[in-house]
Order: sequence, then C-alpha cells, then structure tokens
Amino acid sequence: MKDFSKRSFRSDEEFDELCFEFGLELDEITSEKDIISREQGDQKASEASDVVLYKIDVPANRYDLLCLEGLVRGLQVFKDKMEAPRYSRVNPLNGDPQRLIITGETASVRPHAVAAVLRNITFTPERYDSFIELQEKLHQNICRRRTLVAIGTHDLDTISGPFTYTAKAPDDIRFKPLNQNQEYSATQLMGFYKTDSHLRHYLHIIEDEPLYPVIYDSNGIVLSMPPIINGDHSKISVNTKNVFIECTATDLTKAKIVLDMIVTMFSEHCDQPFTVEEAEVVYPDGRMVTYPELAYRTETLSADYINSKVGINETAESIAQLLTRMCLKSEVTSDGAEIQVEIPPTRSDVIHACDIMEDAAMAYGFNNITRTTPRTYTVANQFPLNKLTELLRLDLATAGFTEALTFALCSQEDIADKLQKNLKDTKAVHISNPKTAEFQVARTTLLPGLLKTLAANRKMPLPLKLFEISDVVLRDESTDVGARNSRRLCAVYYNKTPGFEVIHGLLDRVMQLLEVKPGRNHGYYIQAAEDSTYFPGRCAEIFSHGKSIGRLGVLHPDVINSFELTMPCSALDIDIEPFL
Amino acid sequence: MADTGILESLLRLVDKVDGGIDSQVVASSLGVDHQVVVGAVKSVQALGEVIEAEQRSSKHWELTGEGQEIAEQGSHEARVFKAIPEEGLSQSQLMKLPSGKVGFSKAMSNKWIHLDKGHEGGPRVFRMVESIEDVVRKKLQQVQMGHSSQLEEKEKNELKKRKLLTEVTVKSYWITKGSNFSTIITKQETELTPEMIASGSWKEKKFKPYNFDAMGVAPDSGHLHPLMKVRTQFRQIFLEMGFTEMPTNNFIESSFWNFDSLFQPQQHPARDQHDTFFLSDPAVAHDFPQDYLERVKKVHSEGGYGSQGYKYDWKIEEAQKNILRTHTTAVSARMLYKLAQQEEFTPVKYFSIDRVFRNETLDATHLAEFHQIEGVVADYGLTLGDLMGVLHQFFTKLGLNKWVEVGNSGVFRPEMLLPMGLPEGVSVIAWGLSLERPTMIKYGINNIRELVGHKVNLQMVYDSPVCRLDS
Repeated sequence: MKDFSKRSFRSDEEFDELCFEFGLELDEITSEKDIISREQGDQKASEASDVVLYKIDVPANRYDLLCLEGLVRGLQVFKDKMEAPRYSRVNPLNGDPQRLIITGETASVRPHAVAAVLRNITFTPERYDSFIELQEKLHQNICRRRTLVAIGTHDLDTISGPFTYTAKAPDDIRFKPLNQNQEYSATQLMGFYKTDSHLRHYLHIIEDEPLYPVIYDSNGIVLSMPPIINGDHSKISVNTKNVFIECTATDLTKAKIVLDMIVTMFSEHCDQPFTVEEAEVVYPDGRMVTYPELAYRTETLSADYINSKVGINETAESIAQLLTRMCLKSEVTSDGAEIQVEIPPTRSDVIHACDIMEDAAMAYGFNNITRTTPRTYTVANQFPLNKLTELLRLDLATAGFTEALTFALCSQEDIADKLQKNLKDTKAVHISNPKTAEFQVARTTLLPGLLKTLAANRKMPLPLKLFEISDVVLRDESTDVGARNSRRLCAVYYNKTPGFEVIHGLLDRVMQLLEVKPGRNHGYYIQAAEDSTYFPGRCAEIFSHGKSIGRLGVLHPDVINSFELTMPCSALDIDIEPFL
Repeated sequence: MADTGILESLLRLVDKVDGGIDSQVVASSLGVDHQVVVGAVKSVQALGEVIEAEQRSSKHWELTGEGQEIAEQGSHEARVFKAIPEEGLSQSQLMKLPSGKVGFSKAMSNKWIHLDKGHEGGPRVFRMVESIEDVVRKKLQQVQMGHSSQLEEKEKNELKKRKLLTEVTVKSYWITKGSNFSTIITKQETELTPEMIASGSWKEKKFKPYNFDAMGVAPDSGHLHPLMKVRTQFRQIFLEMGFTEMPTNNFIESSFWNFDSLFQPQQHPARDQHDTFFLSDPAVAHDFPQDYLERVKKVHSEGGYGSQGYKYDWKIEEAQKNILRTHTTAVSARMLYKLAQQEEFTPVKYFSIDRVFRNETLDATHLAEFHQIEGVVADYGLTLGDLMGVLHQFFTKLGLNKWVEVGNSGVFRPEMLLPMGLPEGVSVIAWGLSLERPTMIKYGINNIRELVGHKVNLQMVYDSPVCRLDS
C-alpha cells in the first residue's frame, strides 16, 4: 500500500527515521516529474511538478494511515505534538437526523447500508483530492474492489431526505450518471461502461443480478447506483459544505469500519472539528440504527503481559505512555496493577491484546529491545524422504548426471499428448484459474520438464545427461484434499545413439546405492513392457521386491519430435518412496 | 621439429655474434627460407632457456613480378624506344610489341618519340632524342639490391602506384643467447613413461617443459543445480541450530489449512483468484478435524480467546476449496495442530524449504512457483526479543545481516494458536524468506528465469561454484 504525502522535512533521513519508529517504511523519495519521466519519458515530464513526494508503505490493515490527514495526525500524536482527538457523533443543530430507509428488495443483492453527514466542512483543492483519494484506496482495499462495500458521497444541499435504498430491475432505473450529459437506463449504463478502463472492473458485481441496488432522495433523484456509479445531480465539489455519505455493503462490519474511517479522517475540516452528524438507517423490519458507530472500546491488560510478550521490563505508567503515543489512550488502574487501553474507532485493526502489545513494542522501538536466545532445547531431525533425496542427488551427480530444476506446474499437453498418453489416465490434478496454459495441471511425471530442459540446451556438447529428484502430484482419494505428492527420480540420456545401456547402468547404480541386489524375489529386475511414450520393444518395467517402481527405455521418436528434439534419447523414471 | 642440422647451425651463428642476430639475417646467411629459420627458433625455444627470441616486425620494399621484369629488361618505354630504328616504325607494328601499349604512351609523355600521323603508309613513330636514361629500371635495380632507402618516399610511392613495387611487412625474431645457451642439441622427452621408470633412463633425459598457461582438460562429471546447492546450505544451517524438518511434500492444500487456520479472513485479497491457484479437480477437501473447524469458524465470525474476531459470515464452502499452497505455513499450521493434540506440550523448533505457488503476474523476479524457507519455534514465554535473537543468529550464519530485508517474521496470533488447543502461555515465533532471492544475490543472477525452470542454460549449472553462504 502506498501513500504520497506532500511535505518537506528538514532532511530525508529524519523522515525515514520517523517512519521507521512509527512502524512504516519510507519506500521511495520521488516527485511527479520523476514518476512521469520514468514511465513515459523525460519529454512528457517537463511540465510536471517537482515537489518532493514521500512514498510510504503502510501496513495493510492500518486504514487510518491511508490519507495525509490520518498520517499527520498519527505522527503528531506519536511525537507528543498533540493529543489524540476524541471523535463524537452529534445531533443536527436544527431538525431531525437524515434518514436512509432500506427496502426488502436489497436483500438479494446488497443488503446493508450505513450513512452519516459531515456538516459545515471546508474543502480546499488539496483536501478535496485527499477525500476522493481516500475513498478510492478504501475501495481497492478493505472494500475488496467494491464487492464488500461501496462508498457514495453527495452534496447534501442538492438533495432532500429521507433517502430510500432499494433494488430495481435495470430497465426501471434511469438517471444521469456522474460527469455525463444525458440520462441512461441502468441496462444502457452497463453497456456504456464496458469500455471504461476504471468502472468496467466493477460491473461483474451486479451484472447478472435481476435487481440492481439504487438510492433515491425524497424527490426521486438518484444518488447512486452502488457499487458502480453516483448520480451527477448530487456530485460534490471543492465548494460543497455538507456531505452526505452512504456505504452499501454485503459485509456490515466492513461498512461500519469504512464509514468510521471516512468521517474520522475528514471531520477534521468541519467547523466543529472531529464531530460527525448522525444519520438513521431504517431496516425493512422496522428496526432503526444510528450511524456512524464511532465506538470506543476498552481493553484491560497487565504490564506483565506486555513485558513478557515483548521481552522488556517497563513500569505500567511507562507502558501506558507508550500506548497513548500510538493513539491508544491508556491509564493505569488505581491499584497500579493493570492498564486500561481505549481503542478508538480509527483502530479497527486492534482486535486482540496482542495488537496492543505490538503497538507498545513499536513505540518502545524494536531496535531498543534486547535480543535474546530462546532456551528451547530440541534435537534436530531430518525428514527421512528429504534425507534420502539429498543423498541420492549427490550420488547421481557423482555418476556424471547433471541436476535440472523444472516447474511443478505445466500444460495438459506436456503430461498427455506430448508423451502420447491419454489425459484421463494421468491422475493429474487440474487448476481452475490458470492465466496461461503453462499452469493447467501439476506435473504427474518429471519427464516433460527434463525433455524441455534438453530442448532449451540443444546447442550444448553431447551427450547430455540430466536428472531431477522432486515431487509430482497425483489424485488420491485417500487423503483429505484428494491428492498427494510422490517423490520421483527421473534421468535422461540424449546423444547420437540411444544409450539404453547408459540409462540401464544408471538404474543398476541407483539400486546398488539403495542396497537392492539384482534378483526376482527380494531384489530388482526389469521386464519388457508396452508404453506409448517409449519406442516399441525398447521399454521395460522396473520391479523391486516384487512391486513395480517405474520404467526405463528409449523414447518414442514421436515423443522426441513433440519436444522439438532431434537425437535419440533414453529415460529412467522411478518412484523412490518405496525405499524409505 | 626442424632437423638438428639447421638448429645447430642457427645456434653456432648466435654464438658467433655479439648482442644478437635477426632471423632474416640467419636465413640469408644459411641460404634457407625465412620460415625454416622461424621453425628452428621455435624448436630451440621449446628446449628451455637455450635462446631468447623477441618478435619484431619490419617493413621493406620488394619488386613485384612486373617490377622484376623491368629491372632485368628495362622499362616498357625504354624497350619501345630501343625497338624504333632510325627510319622509324609504323604505329601498328609498334603496338604489337609486348611493351607496345604502355611503353608508347609513357615514351610519348617523356618526349622520347613522336608520332607522324600523316606519314604515307599509315601513322609512323620516330625517335626524338639520340639516347635515353632508363630511370625507372635504375630505381628498381636499386631496390632489388636492397638499397631502397636511397630512393625518396615519393619515388617509391609512384612506383607502387605503377604496381612495380610493394611494401611488405616481415615478422622476424631477434635472437639472443639464453641462460642455458649451448650449441649442442639434446633431444627432449615429452612424457615420463613406465619404461623410463623401470630402466632409470629418466635420469639422463631432458623433458620438454609444460605450458602452464594453458587450461587443463575439464573433468567428465555431473553437476548439482545451484539453487539446490543453496537449499542444502539452508538445511544445514537449520539442522545446526537444532530445527527439525517438516514434511512439506503436499503441494495441494485446502483453503482451511492454508488460510482459515492461520486466522486469515475469507475476504482477504490473498484468497483472490488473481493471487491463488484454485483446483477444479479435486475441487474440495473433506475430513477436517470437526471440533477444531468449529473453533476456527467461531474465532473468525464471533471472536473469542480475547479477540473481537472479524465478525463476518464464515463459510465452510470457502474453507473447503482446494488450492496449490501459497506458503509452507499451511504445513506449519498442521504441525502445530498436531503438536497441540499431544498429551503434554513439548517445545519444538521446525523448519522447511519447499515449493509454494502464486497465481501472480510474472516478471524478472517473480515466477508462479518458488521455494519458501520457513523457521518456527514454539515454547512457553517466547518474546519479541527472542524472535529478534533467533533471526540474528540465523542471518549471521548466512553471513549478511542485510538479508533480513528479504524475509518476513512475526509472532503467530492467539486466534490461530488457541483454537488449535495449544496451552495459553505458549508463543510461536516464525520467519520466512524465499530461497530464490538469496541465491540470485549469491550468484549474481538478475533474471529468475536464468536460475529456475527448463529454460536455464546448462552451462550456468556446469560453471556454478560451491555454495558457502557465510563467505
């Protein structure tokens, strides 16, 4: 997550250090000019601003640091320059609260809505941009690209309540959308926005629904058609004084957080800073709830908890001070044993005492914590399958074969058609959302990867001798997920002659390493087999202790061709798990 | 090898002169071709410090074939002049002479002859002067005698233009006595043989010196892949630190173990189709530990264990979805759950290094699959100070402290550990990093495709050095 803030510090180092102390990472120091010149070339950048921009990485769940208002507030509290403000919900000075009535039709598509009013706000061009930018960041982030929550902000002086949140058939919704000159039906709009580089990403959320969500004012003016677009009538501008905010949602918890976040961040610019005018939401069952929640919660924990989790030894008072600097206003209880921590509505990320512990550690300074060694006494063990793999890899390299490292994912063609096998017989697991054919299935054999490695290295001196010991994936009904890995050893010999004796010799060597002697009953042997991947009469099945463990042979010329190879090639492919 | 006679004659010449002698001079004094002398010099050099030979190059002028003809028979114009008797010669007859065409125009421009076009019986050529001096021939004869320096550059260049002279570069050696100078040649042996050892004849032999500047013959061998060499080193580091290896041989994982058990909410962006590979077949997992699953559901949707939870509608259908695991932490979760089922808790240190999968946009440093390195410590009373201490030890073994930046670390949340049934006071610290990133830094590779996958150049594998992370 990035944030651009336009400010100047005495030195970049100073700001970098402050960010680090506050748990943020100063990613980059740049300017609009730099960005444009990097992306579009110097010429286009000549007009752009060269005001310094700090690009900051913000932890994913710190929505309170997404805009300049919140970031500056957080840093000022952290540096003891101000006290954390107390956010409060107030009644309108005259008249009743704004009211949003939800009808039953919304249940099938987007059942929740919350609302609030920012009264007597003063925008400047910078504040206005920041307001729009915060909504966009929230949309991309906690709102999950508007699927969970969609935000609409309106100039309250252009509309009149009560407002109705309902759902209607697309052809029954008609309005002039934001920044357009004419009215469209919702059906037309969905077509119109198909080519919009921004809005087309949200169409799928309601496209196939029989009813589309829509919000009207008491005169039938359309405020918005969430989560796609607002109406043009109620659009806000830098001159807007009173803002009506509605959030429609499929997840009520997230909607409340989003509303809290917008009003806590921007109530700073209201005539009565940090106050938010309440709005009433009436549910189809008649229930009425007042928003924004702006809930404060108190957690009680001991200094010992913080000290023992962080590995420090601070008094309760000093921990309370640390937490207060992190906007978590804290007090030591009268008996001195515990700390009461107040979690403000801006810190929806604090859901457990461990989050408070982390903030205490951050305020204390990670670099000030003494590094210690856990006294945990344990004896190390290798995973037996990996231990065997490590030993065999070394000996295969010693035997003159070079290790390849190929992908576990591949195309269906790689494991079926190209090996002259039927896909249905492969026991492959299939990926439902591959971006390209390279990721259609998990490999069921290591052979295609090795053959592709040969193909990419055809210019290298012959013979090429390659091996890989790694996992393939097979369907297996007996496991909880319905699939299991199988550790395979695969080797190929590629030369002007097929070299069956070389690959056969490698099998003998592997068996010698595994202490399996040649023999029918308690040893290993090979026996002619039919396999469409191999040249007829040049394939054998390998048995060890009476069980089939794999195959070896000379590859079929059609297989060689399908991997764009030109020389004869022999291969060995065995399962090593029976030798554990 | 050139025959011994030439070698010894060469050495005798070198012996006689003071300071040194040019191989060209040797050639002319021995009356042999210069190339023979060059061969002899090289043969003698191979015998050790008998002579020293410094290569030189010199330029000198030589007559061309036509130039030689002129030096012998006179220039074309002179020959034309001589061919014309008192009474003159018809032009057509003159042109039939070998030097006719060239000689005529040159002799005309020298004003040695004139042409009477109106002569009866056709155009006729007459001498204009009594006698001539054949300057061209004289100059060429001077060059032939090795006196080219007596001519002016301008004159030589003019003759070069007429293709009578050429300038040749001659490579020769300046030969001086070496530290082991001798005029007698001893034949040198190339290699020690079993016969020499048996007979002791090696004692009398001289052996041809080896050229130690040449490369040896590459041994016929197999090679381990560099990424796997680094993996071996990381395994070694964990084992040295007392960490037990986890069984990570299960690429297919349920969303439950990969996400839900780690207290990752079901709407988390990482669970998006754009980031994770989902399976169509087998699409869903079964057989979850039922009690545990209920506890996970509850902590997500309602909270508990001191947590507010995420307060959303947790769905088993989401948890059942099979995926290609996005991190090996899914295995850590299974291991910690298993640990929690023990009668009595015992502290553990676990590690794994194995493949994980992301349905991401590919670029120079990101592939759809990579290896994740993971370390986990579970014990009573572990602190953030312990986490930082273990990390410090681990990265010190890697040899570079700044490598901390390539990884992630943290303490597992109580909402993950307590539903598993781990005791209240047990903390679990963990860290992870990719195997590819430090390997690329170690081997100076900028594009991950040059390191992993079937497109890698085997020469890179053949040439990769041993991996010592701490040096």
